[in-house]
Amino acid sequence: MDALLLAASLVFQPYVLGVMFLAAIFGLFIGSVPGLTATMATALLIPFTFYMDPVPAIACIVTTVAMAIFAGDIPGALLRIPGTPASAAYCDEAYALTRKGKAELALGTSLVCAAIGGIMGSIMLTLTAPVLAEFAIKFSSYEYFWLACLGLSCAVIISTGSTLKGLVSLLIGLFISTIGIDITAGHPRFTFGNVEMMGGISFIPAMIGMFAISEVIRFVVSTTPPERLIQQPIKNIFAGIGTVLSRYKLNVFRGGAIGAVVGVLPGAGADIAAWIAFAVSKRFSKSKEKFGSGHVEGVVDAGTANNAGLSGAWVPSLVFGIPGDSITAIVIGVLYMKGMNPGPTIFLNQPELIHAVFVAFFLANIALIPLGFVAIRFSRQILRVPRNVLIPIILMFCIVGSFAINNTVFGVSIMLVMGLMAYLMEENGFPVAPTILGIVLGTMLEDNFMSSMIKADGSLAGFFSRPIAATLGCLVIALWLIPVLRYCIQTVRARNQ
Amino acid sequence: MRFNDAITGSVLVVFAIAEIAYTRTFPSLFGQNYGPALFPQIIGYSLILAGVILIVRGLKQQRSAGAGSPWIETGEWVHQSRQKINFFLVLLALLAYILFSNWLGFIIISMAILFVLLYRLGSSIITSLLVAVATTATLQLLFSKLLLVPLPAGLLRGLVY
Repeated sequence: MDALLLAASLVFQPYVLGVMFLAAIFGLFIGSVPGLTATMATALLIPFTFYMDPVPAIACIVTTVAMAIFAGDIPGALLRIPGTPASAAYCDEAYALTRKGKAELALGTSLVCAAIGGIMGSIMLTLTAPVLAEFAIKFSSYEYFWLACLGLSCAVIISTGSTLKGLVSLLIGLFISTIGIDITAGHPRFTFGNVEMMGGISFIPAMIGMFAISEVIRFVVSTTPPERLIQQPIKNIFAGIGTVLSRYKLNVFRGGAIGAVVGVLPGAGADIAAWIAFAVSKRFSKSKEKFGSGHVEGVVDAGTANNAGLSGAWVPSLVFGIPGDSITAIVIGVLYMKGMNPGPTIFLNQPELIHAVFVAFFLANIALIPLGFVAIRFSRQILRVPRNVLIPIILMFCIVGSFAINNTVFGVSIMLVMGLMAYLMEENGFPVAPTILGIVLGTMLEDNFMSSMIKADGSLAGFFSRPIAATLGCLVIALWLIPVLRYCIQTVRARNQ
Repeated sequence: MRFNDAITGSVLVVFAIAEIAYTRTFPSLFGQNYGPALFPQIIGYSLILAGVILIVRGLKQQRSAGAGSPWIETGEWVHQSRQKINFFLVLLALLAYILFSNWLGFIIISMAILFVLLYRLGSSIITSLLVAVATTATLQLLFSKLLLVPLPAGLLRGLVY
């Protein structure tokens, strides 16, 4: 309780609240511009958080992301283009509502559901993270090795598209993490004599490249003409929300629960949570036939789920240092830079910081309602901001941001290479998220692997010598067998036909 | 630009073989058969496995798609000079920053990159100029003055600094 009060006093300060307010405006803006994602918003923020204390830095990211994920619904409903991938699942449905003249209902529902989902996710985070941390305090390198494996395997299996391509993407990320001075012997690996490579590939410029530069490239080569805005007055977005919520209260709850749980799984973030919640909603709906023709039910489920997923993703990130999605992957990088190594000890040593994260989450999601309301009011103006002016400005921000991390142009080079690579990968159906997780978790994975090997004197049996490690190990191996089994079943079936 | 999986797979296999060969030069720790080379080697062998499966898949795909289907599918933009120039301009802008920012200084190179890209992407000369100057000024103030990032002064050293 003391920690909670202390945390509240850390958050409720003019400076922190001011940062959160600015972050909210930034998040709402980036989220509502199609093509600019919540992850990109986070990546662009890092150079600023770099110079802040931990609490405002975290509050800044939490607020930006919560706002951006909701704001992604605005162009989804008005233009049929999701502002962020997390809105893609129900974008058609919201647009169909708008076409029926119910834009207010679509936007109002997604705003209120986003706030409720965010708060449900925050409650989940507040309740589960400290308990898990207490459990995790007993973990040794064996358990951490398996946990990292579990996280990475989940990321590959859940990632969009083919599992094999997800695996390749992960391996690329892991390879990148091996560049630089190696931890066990101090030998420079894959640096080719370059001094700047010895420190390893700093992952912030890599992240800016993969999420922002690839988007810039995609914009300048796109051949589709700009889309037309639906002209429809938006007045009272809260009219009729009460009826919707009371009719679909089960959906709200289910969406929130799905979002929070999917968020916890590493590599699966708000976007996958929304897809799953939407599918579940349709599957169990009493009026399945209405889906696709402007039915608000799916918007309730998925709109709640994506914001709940955001907070869920923080659970493994804070407790184990294993990011739940690409946004928290960036957050972990920021935490390391601030000397707050995520893991169970942070819950013991700096509980006020952890509680400050919780407080920031609640505050941001409550503030979502008034600020989101204003954003919807100005949506027409925001959507009219010409993207051909924005893109060069974003490019310049990326350059300065990646330069600012180490104050060398080496960061800009990393950003360029990673941006090109991410662009090519996505064009060829390779998901980018596993690469990010590979870069972030690679060092931790190798660290724990090597120290376990040294402890067990090179014997692999050591990895199964402790009960929790053995359980986790079996779980990981079972996960690895799923794609193999699926393949076998498919071939057998194909042969029988 | 879309490659057939067989091409991507072959590239990965070649890369992985080169990577594994390179790890052979890493020193091993005394009395241990696991050292700095172990982890990259595991990654390399996994990449070879994944690459081979990709090759098999790509070849199968190619066979079912019929002869004459392309191995490399270029996006629509490659045939349109407008988009092609845009693409290379972005690359050029980044390369220019990497190579010349130290010599020219942040203010000059930032304004140049912004102006060229803005104009190229369809803004008028006046708008491009105004936005380029305003953005550069904002960035300079924000990063150099507020966040204390030593943006390169370059040719303007002594004038602004």
